[in-house]
Amino acid sequence: MVGIPLDLQLLNLCAALLLLLSFAMLAQRRIVTLVNLLATQGALLFVATVLLAWRTGEHHLYLSAFLTLALKVVFLPWLLHRLIKRLQVYWDTEPLLNIPGTMLIGLLVVVFSFGLAQPISALASTATRNAIGIAVAVILLSFVTMITRRKAMSQVVGFLSMENGLFFGAMSATYGMPMIVEFGVALDVLVAVLVLGIFFFQIREQFDSLDLHHLEALRERPSEPDGQPRPIQEN
Amino acid sequence: MELLILLLTPICGAILLGIFGARRRAPELNIAVSLVTFLAACVLTARVTAGGPLLVAREQFFIDPFNVFLVTLTAFVGLTTSIFSRPYMRVEMDHGRVSARRLRLYHSMYQLFMTTMLVALTTNNMGLLWVAMEAATLSTVLLVTLYRTPASLEAGWKYFILCGVGIAQALFGTILLYFAAEKALGSEGVTALLWTHLNTVKGQLEPAVLGLAFVFLLVGYGTKVGLAPLHNWLPDAHAEGPTPISAVLSGLLLNVAIYSVVRCKILVEGSLHSTLPSRMLMGFGLLSVVLAVFFLWRQRDIKRLFAYSSIEHMGIITFAFGMGGPVANFAALLHMTVHSLTKSAIFFAAGHAAQKAGSQLMENIRGLITSNPTIGWGLMMGSLAILGMPPFGVFASEFLVLTTAMREQPWATPILLIALGVAFAAIFARVQPMVFGETSARRLPHPPALLPVFTHLALVLALGLYVPPYLADWYRAAAQLIGGP
Repeated sequence: MVGIPLDLQLLNLCAALLLLLSFAMLAQRRIVTLVNLLATQGALLFVATVLLAWRTGEHHLYLSAFLTLALKVVFLPWLLHRLIKRLQVYWDTEPLLNIPGTMLIGLLVVVFSFGLAQPISALASTATRNAIGIAVAVILLSFVTMITRRKAMSQVVGFLSMENGLFFGAMSATYGMPMIVEFGVALDVLVAVLVLGIFFFQIREQFDSLDLHHLEALRERPSEPDGQPRPIQEN
Repeated sequence: MELLILLLTPICGAILLGIFGARRRAPELNIAVSLVTFLAACVLTARVTAGGPLLVAREQFFIDPFNVFLVTLTAFVGLTTSIFSRPYMRVEMDHGRVSARRLRLYHSMYQLFMTTMLVALTTNNMGLLWVAMEAATLSTVLLVTLYRTPASLEAGWKYFILCGVGIAQALFGTILLYFAAEKALGSEGVTALLWTHLNTVKGQLEPAVLGLAFVFLLVGYGTKVGLAPLHNWLPDAHAEGPTPISAVLSGLLLNVAIYSVVRCKILVEGSLHSTLPSRMLMGFGLLSVVLAVFFLWRQRDIKRLFAYSSIEHMGIITFAFGMGGPVANFAALLHMTVHSLTKSAIFFAAGHAAQKAGSQLMENIRGLITSNPTIGWGLMMGSLAILGMPPFGVFASEFLVLTTAMREQPWATPILLIALGVAFAAIFARVQPMVFGETSARRLPHPPALLPVFTHLALVLALGLYVPPYLADWYRAAAQLIGGP
């Protein structure tokens, strides 16, 4: 480890931990733990951003670090925990694919991501260019999480973790996006979660469950005689 | 100044309607807000036509011939849709499908949705464009689920997740674009995502990164365009939401999404010096046309039928932009205009027809011509227009696309022709009995607003017969800007 400064080592450690957390999310079925993992991911992002800000002297990174802290470490997990309590969804059902299988797919995804990030890393001049591969891996792993889960809540956690991956990618490739864009993205994420909160209650009210297999009626099956017609309810 | 009014009016409208949206006069307020927006758009258009491109607010907003016509179109369809929604939502309320509180949500979100689309169209910042596109999804999710039926919740969820994931890809594409731009423009940060700046240095942007960025941007914004294989959300969201929302989703949001794709394409093509972006657009476009036409045959729900028809037309437009060159771009722009006018007119007519029949299933909608001739004629003429019958404007643009395809990409012409033919058979076979069959339906309690339907159709007809010179110049300038191989 001669020649690599300590802060850069710490940054790389953060990146590695982020990847590890993505795998943990892939394997975790307890929704409360999933949210905690998401919060930890946010905290790591915060640490990484502060480290990077300190290293590069880019002041706007401090701002986005604190935005991350407020939004992703404090507010969103709090909101999700509240939702979980109100809606009483603690466990996801068996994922569509068993966990060892998902892990294997995850491994392949990581290899693929590093291949994809290769040309970008080669061009990047940032100190963190090696982390770009990890950012892509986090994005794609969250994608896998979303695909293999059935509960709406786990899908949302996957969605937010994907956003974390994007944020990390932006940070490691270009030291963050322009501030106005970052504010906009943060606002969108916030609104998205609020909308989802409302949405969950609607789903719940309608189906008494947050299991997404209820949401599979709208398929293309018009030729079947038992394809349920959906008349407009007049009352 | 006009731009400020244009963007602030719908925001203020959204806030006002968020407070007063449940009152009896709320629909009128909605119309008034839309009218002011439309007038601001007209003034803005006049100014840009007279004085050339406009760059305001520290270059964050940018109006050129390409987006100004879309701004006017968006504001216009927004206005007519608000006129249409007044009686439509009253009937829905009488039927007990929406409460006053939900109507407030509806009105407020409607204006918010208009704002996001106008911001997406006028912004010069590729990052803000992304933010606005995401906000457009968010503001319509709750509108799609307005009726809270199981089907509408499912549609809303699908819409949210598919578009959310899609748009996340677009964000990654935007990050890559920024990454490449920083190299060329230096790390001034703020200017590196401005489209005008990117456009001047597009030759120096790193081709490998931009190629990758375009793939992500196309997949991301393409999801919102409804390009196959990512079109799944579109028919559900169109069919389950209230009809005014189907009309603006189909007529406006898809246009805005295509606009974003084309903006990205201009940059990437300038950097890559290859036909890869064009070929990708043509491929996705053609795939969407073919897939949509297959699905057209299997539809039973009137709004789903026309939603698939929207996918088909988006495919045609994407294909035309993919071919590039002045004629194809001209045709694509014309097609965007006429499709948006015609499709929203069809949704207006179809919405009233479904309300009358008490069902969106086509087998339950019969004999509109006897029970309500104006709706019947509106639906019939709208369908003929969208199917590309002369003398409507869709014919002119499709004709241009086809003749250009014959010259530039002869292999695609038979596919397009067959698809158009099959679409004709599929839609006409379903619309004909709906309009001319036997019926025993009652009249609607509130007189339907058919003015928007016929205004739109008259405009489409006029565009088919004669494109006024200033409009043609305008299209030509935009087509020039988009360029192509």
